[in-house]
Amino acid sequence: MANIPENFYYASTHEWIRVDGNGIATVGITDHAQEALGDIVFIELPEPGAATEAKGEVAVVESVKAASDIYSPAAGEITEVNEALIENPQLVNSAPYEDGWIYRMTLNDENDLNGLLGAEAYADQCADD
Amino acid sequence: MGLRTVLYERHIAAGAKVVDFAGWDMPLHYGSQIGEHHLVRTDAGVFDVSHMTVVDVAGGDATGWLRHLLSNDVARLEAPGKALYSLLLNHGGGVVDDLIVYRTEAGYRLVTNCATRRKVLLWLARHSQGYLVQVDERPKLAMLAVHGPNSIALASEALPRDCVEAVGRLGNFESLEHDGWLIARTGYTGEKGIEVILPGDAAGELWDRLLAAGVKPAGLGARDTLRLEAGMNLYGQDMDENTSPYAANLGWTVSWRDEDREFIGREAVSQHRQQQQRGELPVLAGLVLEARGVLRGGQRVETDRGAGVITSGSFSPTLKQSIALARIPSGSASCQVELRGGMVPLKIVKPGFVRFGKRIFE
Repeated sequence: MANIPENFYYASTHEWIRVDGNGIATVGITDHAQEALGDIVFIELPEPGAATEAKGEVAVVESVKAASDIYSPAAGEITEVNEALIENPQLVNSAPYEDGWIYRMTLNDENDLNGLLGAEAYADQCADD
Repeated sequence: MGLRTVLYERHIAAGAKVVDFAGWDMPLHYGSQIGEHHLVRTDAGVFDVSHMTVVDVAGGDATGWLRHLLSNDVARLEAPGKALYSLLLNHGGGVVDDLIVYRTEAGYRLVTNCATRRKVLLWLARHSQGYLVQVDERPKLAMLAVHGPNSIALASEALPRDCVEAVGRLGNFESLEHDGWLIARTGYTGEKGIEVILPGDAAGELWDRLLAAGVKPAGLGARDTLRLEAGMNLYGQDMDENTSPYAANLGWTVSWRDEDREFIGREAVSQHRQQQQRGELPVLAGLVLEARGVLRGGQRVETDRGAGVITSGSFSPTLKQSIALARIPSGSASCQVELRGGMVPLKIVKPGFVRFGKRIFE
């Protein structure tokens, strides 16, 4: 059973977003997503400073199995990317909610997050997959 | 629920992620495909390949029949204990399947693919009419492949004690039989190792003994990246019924040693061979992506001589870059692929990227 932390928001496309405070949030992909992808071998990270739309393509994760687009769960601006993933993309496999985070962003409107799934709803979606 | 090998419960116990493979529930990996790949390149891993099709051939015409049926010439197997890689060709010179044929005490043993089982069994039955041959599928046999630099040393602790010394003396593509087991120095990884075909009810104990000796399980995911690094074709992906062996880097499996041998597909592949010499057939080449990204099967490539297609592509865990097999025009000097909206150059090499843990191309 995949790990789904309580205090995160989830997109139906398997990204998570966590509000860190001061209008900043961190984004990654879920445990369920990394497990389905298999070993991750490359990550194309977004550019800091770039604006993102909600549901806009921001990154690409390539695993042994397939290439998968990552969609931003919310609108805002990229403030930081996880450069450790360039050398060690498998951090996404080993710690998808911690060291395997992908980017940080400002949120245009924190209310956007209400359109996402909570842990329980996301768990239901994974069970149906 | 799909078909399961006798080791299914052990795969689950070892943490396997199980996927459907041609109707079989098979382990894709046991946690990390890349970890298992490195394990086989640096130490020793065991694959359950019991889903493969094993067919025994006996009877007075066995040799003559197989000389007719196979692209390679079993007359080269001068004694039991020898094996060779061959193709089954159709009359148009396309590849029905690829296989390993072992010469055994009782005749011959063919190990063919899992996904082609029904087709191959029908093909064998259809072409056995008029020959004194007995063709028996052996579905109750299991098959384990133990590969890696330490495979034979570790397997020696797990194999029946009275055959260990003889296994140590086997050369590449040699085998021995022992109490209903066939142990062969064959494989699909580019590392040394053995394949053990044994009664299904003995497979669990061998598996347990291998693990106790320090061999770790490896799944079909690692098997695919290992064979790709080794430049070995996968049936259905790199060649099929519409592909000539001469367009699949498999011309070497067609034996012309006996000019009078009438094998199925001979006329067609004889022409393909001449076309290949004139540069009129595409070639199966190796490709290396130096930039970041992963080549995938089905992707189109552009060469200075025209378009081609990637037949197998993946990330090479050993080289830490992407590699592929691709069918491209003969004589191509340069090659490019579209990646993320731009054209990216690819290096063209002979198929075969890694052998015995080391990079083997320039």
